[in-house]
Amino acid sequence: MSLDEFFVTGDPMILASQIAIALTMVGLVALITYLKRWKWLWSEWFTTVDHKKIGIMYILAGVLMFFRGGVDGLLMKAQTSRPEMGILDAQHYDEIFTTHGVIMILFMAMPLLIGIMNVVIPLQIGARDVAFPKLNALSFWLFFVAAMLFNISFVIGGSPDAGWTSYFPLAGKEFTPGVGNNYYAISLQIAGIGTLATGINFVVTIIKMRAPGMSWMKMPIFTWTTFITSIIIVAAFPIFTVALLYMSLDRLFGTHFFTVAAGGDPMLWLNLFWLWGHPEVYIVVLPAFGMFSEVIATFARKNLYGYKSMVYAVAGIAFLSMLVWVHHFFTMGNSAAVNSIFSLTTMMIAIPTGVKIFNWLFTLRKGRIEFSTSMLWALAFIPCFTIGGVTGVMLAMAAADYQYHNTMFLVAHFHYVLIPGVVFAVFAGLYYWWPKMFGFKLNEKIGKWHFWLFVIGFNLTFMPMFFVGLDGMSRRMYTYAESTGWGCMVRLLSSWFLNNGSWFRCTCLQYLLEFPLCVTESRK
Amino acid sequence: MTSHTTPLEYKSHQSQMNILGFWVFLGAEIVLFATLFASYFVLEHNTAGGPGGGADIFVLKDVLIETFLLLTSSFTSGLAIHAMRNHDKKGLLLWMIATLLLGAGFLFMEINEFLHFIHEGATIQTSGFTAGLFTLLGTHGAHVTFGIIWISLLLVQLVRRGITEKTSSKLFIASLYWHFLDVVWIFIFTFVYLKGMVM
Ligand code: HEM
Ligand SMILES: [Cu+2]
Repeated sequence: MSLDEFFVTGDPMILASQIAIALTMVGLVALITYLKRWKWLWSEWFTTVDHKKIGIMYILAGVLMFFRGGVDGLLMKAQTSRPEMGILDAQHYDEIFTTHGVIMILFMAMPLLIGIMNVVIPLQIGARDVAFPKLNALSFWLFFVAAMLFNISFVIGGSPDAGWTSYFPLAGKEFTPGVGNNYYAISLQIAGIGTLATGINFVVTIIKMRAPGMSWMKMPIFTWTTFITSIIIVAAFPIFTVALLYMSLDRLFGTHFFTVAAGGDPMLWLNLFWLWGHPEVYIVVLPAFGMFSEVIATFARKNLYGYKSMVYAVAGIAFLSMLVWVHHFFTMGNSAAVNSIFSLTTMMIAIPTGVKIFNWLFTLRKGRIEFSTSMLWALAFIPCFTIGGVTGVMLAMAAADYQYHNTMFLVAHFHYVLIPGVVFAVFAGLYYWWPKMFGFKLNEKIGKWHFWLFVIGFNLTFMPMFFVGLDGMSRRMYTYAESTGWGCMVRLLSSWFLNNGSWFRCTCLQYLLEFPLCVTESRK
Repeated sequence: MTSHTTPLEYKSHQSQMNILGFWVFLGAEIVLFATLFASYFVLEHNTAGGPGGGADIFVLKDVLIETFLLLTSSFTSGLAIHAMRNHDKKGLLLWMIATLLLGAGFLFMEINEFLHFIHEGATIQTSGFTAGLFTLLGTHGAHVTFGIIWISLLLVQLVRRGITEKTSSKLFIASLYWHFLDVVWIFIFTFVYLKGMVM
C-alpha cells in the first residue's frame, strides 16, 4: 500500500487538517517535554483510577469532541446556507453528517454525562470511589481509544459515510466499499464495551456504596437518574454489540446478515439499531433531567416538587423507552396494527415526561429564584425541550409521519431535544459542580454571555428547520435548487451563520479562556 | 453484615460487590444472547438455496454428546464450589479440572460439528441462516473457550495462594459464568437443534 492510499489525499481542507494534526501533536509533545511534565502526566492522569480525575478526563475529551462535531455542523450549515453551494461535494457532505451524528451522540454527549456522573455520584452518596475503580479507568480508555480511532478516519482511510444510523443495504460492502464504515463498526464496538462497563459499575456503586441511612427514597435525584440510566445501558448496549458484530462480519468476512440476495435481512439491522438507539437517546437525556432537577431545586431555594413522582416518572420513561423503537421506521413496510401499537407506546412517553415538566414548574412556583448561570440553562431548557417533545408527539403519529419522516422537521425535532436536553444540562452541571472539580467558581459574567449567545443561536439555527422540513426539504441533501423556495428560509439561517459560529466557539473557547482568568480572579 | 455462616467468598465488601457486579454483567449477557437468538429466528428459514436446518446438517448423536458433556461440567463445577465451601482445596481443584476437561471435550465436539457443517456446504458465508447459526453457536463456543482459559488461570492462583477470600470469590464468579453458559446451551439445544429437527 502506497502512502497516498493510506492517507486521504486530494482535498485541501483535509490536507490542512492533516498538517494541523501533525503540528499539534509535535507541539504538544514539545510542550510537555519542555515543561518536564511527562512523568506527572503518566502517574497523575494516564494511570489514575480516581473517579474525579477520570471524570475530568471524560469531560475534557467530551469538550474536544464537541469541537470536532461542531466544526462538522458548521461545515454542513455553510454548505446548505444557499442553493447550489460548492463548499462540499456530495461524498464529503455524506461523510460529514455521518461523523457529526456519531461524534455528537457517542463521543460528545456520552463522555460529558459519564464524566459528570463520575465526579458527582460518589460525592452524592458519600462513597470513597466507584465500586470498581480500575474497571472505571478501563472504561475511560476504551472510550478514548475508540474516539481517537473514529476521528482519525477522515485523514487515514476515509470517513464512514452512511449516516450515524448506517442503514443497510447502503452501509454494506456492496454499496459502501472502502474502509470508512469499518471505522464505524469497530470504534463503536470498542466504545460500547467501555460504556457497558460503566453501566455495571454505577449500578453496583449505587446499590452497594450508599452512606449508611441513605435509603432508596432518600437518594439525591441525580443519583436516581444515573442509576436508572445505568440499567438502561446494561439492557440496551449488548444489542448494539451484536448488531455491530454482524455489521463487521458482513463487511469484513462476507456473511449475509443484512444482504437481501443471500437470505439476509436489512430490516434486521434497523430493528437492532433502534432497539439500542432509542434507549440510547434516553440514556443521554435521563442523567440530564437529574442535573436539571438538582439545579432547579437549589436555585429556587425549595425542595424538589414531587420527588417520588419524579423517580417513578424516570423509571416509567426507562421502561417505555424499550418499547418504541419502530417509530423510527413507520414508513418501512409495517402493518397498520404494528404502526398503531408503536404510535401509542411512543405517545405514552409524553405522560411521564409531562409529569417531570410540571414538577419542575411547581418547584419554581413561589421559589426565591436566583438567576445564576446554571439556573439560566435549566430555565431555558424547559420551553426549548418542550418544543422538542411536542414535535416528537407529532412525529409519533404514524400516519402523519409519512409526511415528516426524514425531512428537516425530524432533524429539527431531535436537535430540540438533544441540545436543550443534553448540552444545556451539561453546561448547567458544569457551572454548578465546577467548584467541586477545580476549587473555584466560573465567572458569572462570561457565563451569561455564553448562555445568551448559545440559546439564541440555537433557536435561530434549528427553528427554521421545522419550517423548511414541512415545506418538503429532506434531510441529508447536500444541495438543492433555487426553485425549491427553501433558499429564503435557509438563507435566514445563513444570515445567522456568524451567530452560530460565535456561540459555538464561545462554548469551547470559554473553558480554555476562563480557566486562567478565573484562577487569577480567585487568587485576588 | 457478615456472620460466621457467611461463605468465604462473600466475606469482604469488595467481594460482595464483585459478585453483584458479575450478576449485572450476566444480565447484559442475557440480552446479548437474546439478541443472537432473536436474529437467528429471523434468519432461520432464509437458506438462499443452501442447506437448511434440521436433518440437512444437524447430527443428533453429536449434539446429544455435546449436551451431555456440558451439563455434566456444570454439575462438576457445582461440586467444586461445594468443596470450596468445605475448605477442601484438593476437591476444589480436582472437580474444577474435571469441569475444564469436560468443557474441552465439548469444544472438541463443537469444532468437529462446525467442520461437518462446512463439509455439508454450510459455511458462515452461505446464507442468512448459516450466518445466524454460526454466530449464535460461535459466540457460545467462544464464551466456553474464554471460560476454560480464565478458570485455568484461576486454578494456578489457587495452587499458589490456597483458598482465600479473594481466590474463593473469583472461583465462585467463574462458576456462575460456567453455569450461565450451560443455561444458554439448554436454549440452543431446544430452540436450534430440537426445533430445527422437529419443525
Ligand atoms: C454546532 C451545532 C450543530 C449544528 C450546526 C448542527 C447541524 C446539523 C445539521 C445541518 C444536520 C443535518 C444534516 C443533514 O441531514 O443534511 C445535523 C444532523 C444531526 N445532528 Fe446536529 N448540529 C449541531 C449540534 C448537534 C448536537 C449537540 C447533537 C447531539 C447531541 C447533534 C446530533 C445530530 C444528529 C444525531 C444528526 C443526524 C445525523 C444523521 O442523520 O446522519 N447535533 N446537525
Ligand atoms: Cu426514538
